[in-house]
Amino acid sequence: MSVVRIPPVLRASAGGNKQVDVPGATVGEVLAALAERFPSLRQQLFTEEGELNRFVNVYLNDQDVRYLQERATPVGERDTLIILPAMAGG
Amino acid sequence: MTKSYADLMREVRARIRELSPGEVERLREASPGVVLIDCRETDEWEQGFIPGAIHLPRGYIELNVEAMVPDRSQPIVVYCAQGIRSAFAARTLQEMGYADVASMSGGFGQWKSMGLPWLMPAFLSHEQKLRYSRHLLVPEVGAEGQAKLLASKVLIIGAGGLGSPAMLYLAAAGVGTIGIVDFDVVDLSNLQRQVIHTTDRVGEKKVESARLTINALNPDITVIGHEEMLTEANVERIIAGYDVIVDGTDTFETRYVLNDAAVVANIPLVHASVFRFEGQLTVFQPYQGPCYRCLYPTPPPPELAPGCSVAGVLGVVPGIMGMLQANETLKILLGIGDTLAGRLLLFDALDASFTELRLRRDPNCPICSDAAVEARQAGRPLPAATVGEEAPFILGGSFGAQA
Repeated sequence: MSVVRIPPVLRASAGGNKQVDVPGATVGEVLAALAERFPSLRQQLFTEEGELNRFVNVYLNDQDVRYLQERATPVGERDTLIILPAMAGG
Repeated sequence: MTKSYADLMREVRARIRELSPGEVERLREASPGVVLIDCRETDEWEQGFIPGAIHLPRGYIELNVEAMVPDRSQPIVVYCAQGIRSAFAARTLQEMGYADVASMSGGFGQWKSMGLPWLMPAFLSHEQKLRYSRHLLVPEVGAEGQAKLLASKVLIIGAGGLGSPAMLYLAAAGVGTIGIVDFDVVDLSNLQRQVIHTTDRVGEKKVESARLTINALNPDITVIGHEEMLTEANVERIIAGYDVIVDGTDTFETRYVLNDAAVVANIPLVHASVFRFEGQLTVFQPYQGPCYRCLYPTPPPPELAPGCSVAGVLGVVPGIMGMLQANETLKILLGIGDTLAGRLLLFDALDASFTELRLRRDPNCPICSDAAVEARQAGRPLPAATVGEEAPFILGGSFGAQA
C-alpha cells in the first residue's frame, strides 16, 4: 500500500479523505485503484479516454512522474503519491 | 615594566607580516579568496574603501571577526589609514588563531595615492541608517545591500491576500519603488486577510489605500499605482523596468498572461497561490528554472479551481505565503541565499507542515523552451493553452503516449 495525498479541491470526491492508502505496483495502477474506490474522482482525474487530465500533476515523493516513467513508474510500499492541481487563489 | 607606543609597535612589527599596497593588489588578483578587512572607523570608511573589503572597525575585531571569517586558515589582509592600527589588528588576529594574516603597510592613504582602485560606499542618510540599522548589522545586507534595495523596483500584482503582507514587508525593508496593479476597491470582506487596507477605507481604490499604508510605514518608498486589469494588451507595458514581479493574483487567466510576459521580459516572478488551509510557492526564474506553464501547462476547469471568494481561505494562509514571497523577493534583489527556483513549496496550515517538490523546465514548453524562443524571434510564437478554451494538443499529452 502506498499513500496518496488528495488535494483539498478533490477531497469531497474522495470521501473527505486527506490521504488514502491505495494498492498498486505502478503509478498507473495506484491511480486506477483510487478511481475505482472513489468513482467520482475518475472524471476529475482522467479524460473520457482514460488518460490522466493534463491539469493534474502527479508527484512520486518529490519527483514529477512526467520525468520518471509516467504511469509506468514503479511505486514502493513507503512511497507517497501527491496529486497536485493548480490553485488560483490569491 | 611600562611600554611605550614605540615599544609595542616594534614588538608587533617583529611578529606580523606586512605587505605593500602593490603586493596586496597582486595578491588579490592571484588569489581572489583573500579576505580584506578595513579596520578603520566608520567616518573613514565613508570616505572610500578598497572594493570587496569587509568593514570591521578595530574596536570590534575580536567581537565580530569569527562570524565574518569563520575559517581560521583563510588568508587575511588588514588595512587602516596608514598601516599602524592594522598592524595591531593583524597581531590580534594571529593571537586568535588566524594562520595567514598580513597588514598593509602605508594603509589606504598610500593605496589611494598609488592610483589603485577604490569605491565610495553607498550613501544612506542619517535617518536611513537608523531606519535600516538592523539590516545594516547583517553582513549579507549591509549598506551596499540596503542601497540596492532602495534602488530596486518590485511590481506586485494584486493588493489582496498575498500582495498585502508582501508589500508591507517590502516597504518596511526599503524596496525603493513598489508598483501595484489592482483595479478593485476595498470591500469589507477583504479585511479578514488583506491587512494593507483599513475599515475606514472600504469603498476606496485598493491602490490608493495601499499607498497610504505604505507611505505611513515608510515615506522613502515610491508607490506606482496601475489601476487597471492586467491583460495581454497591457502586460508588457506595465511590467517593463521592474526587477522582480510578485504574483498575488487570483485568476488563472492573469497568472498565464503574467507568466508569458515575464518570461519574454526576463523578469523573475515570485509565485504563490492559496486555497483554504493550503498554499503553493515557487520562483520562476526565466530560462534558468521552469516557468508557470512548465508546471501547469493547462488550466483546470473552473469547478476544480475556485478562488478565495468562492472557496474561502484562512486569512493567515495568504499572510504566510505573501511573506514568503517577500522573502524570496529580497533574496533575489540582494543576490543572496538559494531561491525556490526549481522547487515548489507546499504549505498546509492544519498540519503546520511544509512539503517540497522538485520542478523541472519542460523541454516542450510553449513559452520558455529553446524552440519557443526561436519561434518568437521568427515572429511565430508557439500556441499555448488559454483559460476557458480546450487545448486538445496538450490534453492527454505525454501521459497518453505511455498509457
